[in-house]
Amino acid sequence: MQSKEIVVPTASITALRRPDPLADQRMTMSLGPQHPSTHGVLRLELVLDGETVVEARPDIGYLHTGMEKTMEKEKWQQVVTITCRMDYLNSMGNDLGYCLAVEKLLDIEAPERARNIRVLLTEMNRITSHLVWWGTHGMDIGAMTAFFYAFTEREQMLDFFEMATGARFHQSYFIIGGCRWDLPGDFVQQVTDFLPGFEKFLDEAKKLVTGNRIFQRRTKGVGRISKQDAIDWALSGPTIRGSGVNWDIRKSEPYSGYDTYDFDVPVYDGCDVWSRYLVRMDEMRESVRICKQALVRLKDPGPVLSDHPKLKLPERDLMKQHIDVMIHHFLLASEGFTVPIGEVYFPIESARGEIGYYIVSDGKERPWRVRVRAPSFINLAALPKMVEGQLLADVVAVIGSIDIVLGDVDR
Amino acid sequence: MSIDVGFLLEALIKIVVVFHIVLIILAYTVYAERRVLAVIQNRLGPNRVGPQGLLQPFADLLKFIFKEELVPLAANKWLYLLAPLVALVPAFMTMIVYPFGGTVNLPWVGEIDLVVTHFNVGLLYVFAMTSLGVYGIVIAGWASNSKYSLLGGLRSSAQMVSYELALSLSVIGALLQAGSLDLVEIVRAQGGFFGLGWHIFWFQPLGFFIFLISAIAETNRIPFDLPEAETELVAGFHTEYSAMKFALFFLGEYANMLTASVLATVLFLGGWQGPFVDQFPLLGPVYFLGKVFFFIFLYIWLRGTLPRFRYDQLMNFGWKFLLPAALFNIVLSAIVALFAL
Repeated sequence: MQSKEIVVPTASITALRRPDPLADQRMTMSLGPQHPSTHGVLRLELVLDGETVVEARPDIGYLHTGMEKTMEKEKWQQVVTITCRMDYLNSMGNDLGYCLAVEKLLDIEAPERARNIRVLLTEMNRITSHLVWWGTHGMDIGAMTAFFYAFTEREQMLDFFEMATGARFHQSYFIIGGCRWDLPGDFVQQVTDFLPGFEKFLDEAKKLVTGNRIFQRRTKGVGRISKQDAIDWALSGPTIRGSGVNWDIRKSEPYSGYDTYDFDVPVYDGCDVWSRYLVRMDEMRESVRICKQALVRLKDPGPVLSDHPKLKLPERDLMKQHIDVMIHHFLLASEGFTVPIGEVYFPIESARGEIGYYIVSDGKERPWRVRVRAPSFINLAALPKMVEGQLLADVVAVIGSIDIVLGDVDR
Repeated sequence: MSIDVGFLLEALIKIVVVFHIVLIILAYTVYAERRVLAVIQNRLGPNRVGPQGLLQPFADLLKFIFKEELVPLAANKWLYLLAPLVALVPAFMTMIVYPFGGTVNLPWVGEIDLVVTHFNVGLLYVFAMTSLGVYGIVIAGWASNSKYSLLGGLRSSAQMVSYELALSLSVIGALLQAGSLDLVEIVRAQGGFFGLGWHIFWFQPLGFFIFLISAIAETNRIPFDLPEAETELVAGFHTEYSAMKFALFFLGEYANMLTASVLATVLFLGGWQGPFVDQFPLLGPVYFLGKVFFFIFLYIWLRGTLPRFRYDQLMNFGWKFLLPAALFNIVLSAIVALFAL
């Protein structure tokens, strides 16, 4: 085989590049990874001309924990404990995406009650995620009180999660085939009582931050990304809906019974931080609407786990009578179940955008490969485009407006 | 020329007393800020040290004193150590002209003025001293040799210089009406109408609001706290400062807040003037401190409510709105002073 030598004309390229007369007047500043407003451990390398951002380079990987690789070592059902730790603010949504993907491979569907529980909890999770965003975004722009109000509300919702799932943060409550257990006694009633108060809070939030003139001046026309650019950069979630693109997977490819719910997708076409802000604020209201519908449906009891033999442990009585049932129980509990050979991509709408699971199964009891299309990662890629030419103070506003979670970016 | 020992003694005692009163007010301003913010933000605030956390300022002070003294290697050491002093000392020097009250008759002592000293350029003296404070910030930003500090120092120098213009111009109306630069005389001029002849009611409401906004900007508080915008510049000019050096900046900021509140009270809210103050002169300090604390509360309230301006918006606001408004107010006051008074 002949090797072909590739000649790179380095000298000519440097000669062509025009010398930048301002190059030595610029300042390179490192924003992060330890910085109050990079929402975790994002590092931004900013080239500043005075206070104007000339260039921005996101530097990620500080939170990389090899989660996708770890998933290959876990059994199908155990992977759920990892998915919820990626985008830790939207943990239920992550679990749901994975469960739905594997369910598609197994060709089963969760029972109706399980589907409604999933919708209720993921929407509540979306609200908690948006509350964290609202608080920190406000704080980035200097309105520190918003943060405390948001977390007071979120705390109550986390209490509901604890009530239903036993955990406040990493619930791992959705499993393949349905939910781990049914909702406790008066959960439905308590959430129903809570939601009107939350809607009142949203009105208050509107008064405190949304209606504030300074806040509007800080966000309007800042961090623009045009409709075409937003599509080209494959943005998703509220970030693309703030650029006037009506793209919501709950509507375009409904899953878990979202097509039976009545809700609107808020879209604003300002393409700026302000539009993205409004999208998320409206989304919280829409989520409350969905929750209310789900709560009505959850009044009727029903199974919460599919009775597919691979997923449900056999009955105790049958085990005592039939040896094959006993063996089945033993294998299921010790080895886990297998998933047919195949591959699947399943996207859902998380609080941040399209979170998609690409899963390959080689027919064993562990996934061969799990690849996550993380919305934060892809939305973050468009950050330089949004901040270049803006002021330093706008950078933090823009980071807040794309609502990244570094656990989701690095995985 | 003989030295009047009595006069000297009186001045010294007054200085010591006022210094301690102001220090205690400052310490409890910090405490009040934390508690009031906590109430605004639906949480408790410091309530562990002493009853209701009242000893918190002293605990904080001890903590600051016992922290390790750090000087960054790359810093310009002398300027770095000098900056907190430059920020603090002028801020404290203004307190000698605070007019706490009128002339009172105390037992054993006799008649004394409740002010350390009053001289005929009192207001100019205060402005001169508060303007010096900007040097502390600029030097701190430069000497720290950190990019965050540098940007913070740059921002604050631009901001303080711009807003000082509007600040100084906004008080001219009040001075025209009072006819003096001496803070005590300015207060005395507002004694009419049963002690309610305050400038804010009589022809200077516009001047008052311009003064208030500029004063908040001058003291680097929300919504104008760009020099230390923590979400952008970590802590701005004092990013590299720790221990007592940081505490000095902190104290300087609060002393400036107090000075701005005192000036607003003296120039526009009639200082110690109020109903029945002529009959009971000891009411004077009560009125005076009440008004000052109202302004301090206002500062805290704003901090709990408002977001932060952006640099260019701040500059636009200062030069394109506040400055013309202040000039307009001067013309207005001149007409008032010519025909109405």
